[in-house]
Amino acid sequence: MLYREAGDFKTSYGADNQTFPIRFDRYGYYFVLGFAFLVVPLFINDYWANSIVVPFLIYTIAALGLNILIGYCGQLSLGTGAFMAVGAYGSYKLMTAFPDLNIVFVIILAGFVTAGVGVLFGLPSLRIKGFYLAVATLAAQFFLIWLFTRQPWFYNYSPTGMISAPTREVFGVAVTGPRASAVAMYMICLCFLVSLAWLARNLTRGMLGRQWMAIRDMDIAAEIIGVNPLMAKLTAFAVSSFFVGISGALLFTVYLGAAEAGEAFGIDKSFLVLFMVIIGGLGSIFGAFAGAAFLIVGPVMLKLLLVNTLGWPTDLAAHLEIMIIGALIIVFLIVEPHGIAALWRTIKEKLRLWPFPY
Amino acid sequence: MSGQGGAMRDTGTDEGYTTADGRKIGGVAMEMRNITLRFGGVVAIKDISFDIRWGEIRAIIGPNGAGKSSMLNVISGFYHPQEGEVLYKGKRRPKMRPYQVARMGIARTFQNIALFEGMSVLDNIMTGRLHHMKANLLQQALWWGRASREEAENRTQVEKIIDFLEIQHIRKTPVARLPYGLKKRVELARALAAEPAILLLDEPMAGMNVEEKEDMSRFILDVNDEFGTTTVLIEHDMGVVMDLSDRVVVMDYGRKIGDGTPDEVRSNDEVIKAYLGVAHE
Repeated sequence: MLYREAGDFKTSYGADNQTFPIRFDRYGYYFVLGFAFLVVPLFINDYWANSIVVPFLIYTIAALGLNILIGYCGQLSLGTGAFMAVGAYGSYKLMTAFPDLNIVFVIILAGFVTAGVGVLFGLPSLRIKGFYLAVATLAAQFFLIWLFTRQPWFYNYSPTGMISAPTREVFGVAVTGPRASAVAMYMICLCFLVSLAWLARNLTRGMLGRQWMAIRDMDIAAEIIGVNPLMAKLTAFAVSSFFVGISGALLFTVYLGAAEAGEAFGIDKSFLVLFMVIIGGLGSIFGAFAGAAFLIVGPVMLKLLLVNTLGWPTDLAAHLEIMIIGALIIVFLIVEPHGIAALWRTIKEKLRLWPFPY
Repeated sequence: MSGQGGAMRDTGTDEGYTTADGRKIGGVAMEMRNITLRFGGVVAIKDISFDIRWGEIRAIIGPNGAGKSSMLNVISGFYHPQEGEVLYKGKRRPKMRPYQVARMGIARTFQNIALFEGMSVLDNIMTGRLHHMKANLLQQALWWGRASREEAENRTQVEKIIDFLEIQHIRKTPVARLPYGLKKRVELARALAAEPAILLLDEPMAGMNVEEKEDMSRFILDVNDEFGTTTVLIEHDMGVVMDLSDRVVVMDYGRKIGDGTPDEVRSNDEVIKAYLGVAHE
């Protein structure tokens, strides 16, 4: 009864076009935002921040970025891990070269660097489509990781081959390095995620998003009605890489603190983010959140349930966890091939008429 | 209907002519000169010349495989002919990509519906207004200034087209859920949204029942009447073609075998041969 649109009349196209046209949705969104910004920081501790919340926020940014590329523009990419590495190494080089530069700008600049690299590796998309493009982006994955592990300039000739993030502060509070508190880490990731999600939403509902989707749905027709495929595909690669780069920079500076390209940003990361996008729902902002939640929060919740609540041995629980998550992925894809976001949409459509569907 | 209009036409001057029902047809908008298009050894179009005048409804007809769709693809810049040239507004058109042709005010629909299935009807039609929106990436990302203003302005235009084609009720429906006839109408709406100078329709009535055909014919005539849009259409239904169009080009095996008013074409021997076959002596 609460969730309805009857009587909720829009008097301008702006109002009809907003992100949450249904009042109940809008209040729900304000509530979640308020909860995330005001309530969570009061309770968050190191365990929750490190095992669930911060990785969830960071991977959601990566999933948002990959979703723009795959879900909105239809260009398959397996280079996400490498692009995250570009963000991480970019932020490392910037931090060490300009120690006085604020970390927020460092991360944003790292995003721009990644956008440039993404455009470069997006160029083949003008000629190659589908699975063949995926293989071409795989080349980016292997080449960039090779570059970061074999070329000492990228890790400042450190003897271990690792990069590590020095302490940096925002408004006098340390957000990177060993002194960073859980709240600080959480807040900086949350601010980045909320603003990037807002940007992604604006881009996808505007003309650029429509051009991307036109290319995805039927590239020939898109070109005939006037979409420049070069421009549309390369902006998708640029924006997507910008997001992925920021997530890589955050993962390295805020979460990991120290990293080595081959280990932290291998091909498994590319697949992890790809699965988030597919399970969450292609072409949906909410899907990026849902997919990241499923693959980051899901395993931890299962572990808590099996080990802490049921008291099973840790190794048994670890194996069971993998099996259960795998089975759940298959179940989800059978029930709703278009991901959690589509499931959510169906529920909302039913709710609109509930409880009097006739 | 306007179809019998050729009687008073005067092709001698470039000022155009007036149809029987009083519509003014302007000068030459686009001219094909000796177009030849080959795919390897296959000659799809052989040395064809004809013109399209401002404000007229120009039909291209012919049996299957005659090269009609190829001709339309040449006009919309999708194929580049090996020989001959296309003159638009009196100037030779250089070799262009299709999106550049679209920017010059030429919109089209497809024989097999080519809508964006994953998007809503509204988004499909809004995509047609691509060249009327100029906000840059940053403005769009921040939804600020020009981006949100343009979105509302262009929505107003799109709503006019939605009203015009009577598709208000499916505005927010994903295109994939629509029946065939409505999809054809949405495709016309998307082409119209661009406010084209020349509208190319590739078999707009293929696979429709009588009622849907009547609706579509009415829309085509209304568009021509209200916006003065020059229309080039390919159609198999002879009744429709003869009723709608001002002038007809007839093609067979890649050659032009007839060109003129529906009446002239109907009494052309070669056209009758191509359509009815010819008795062997």
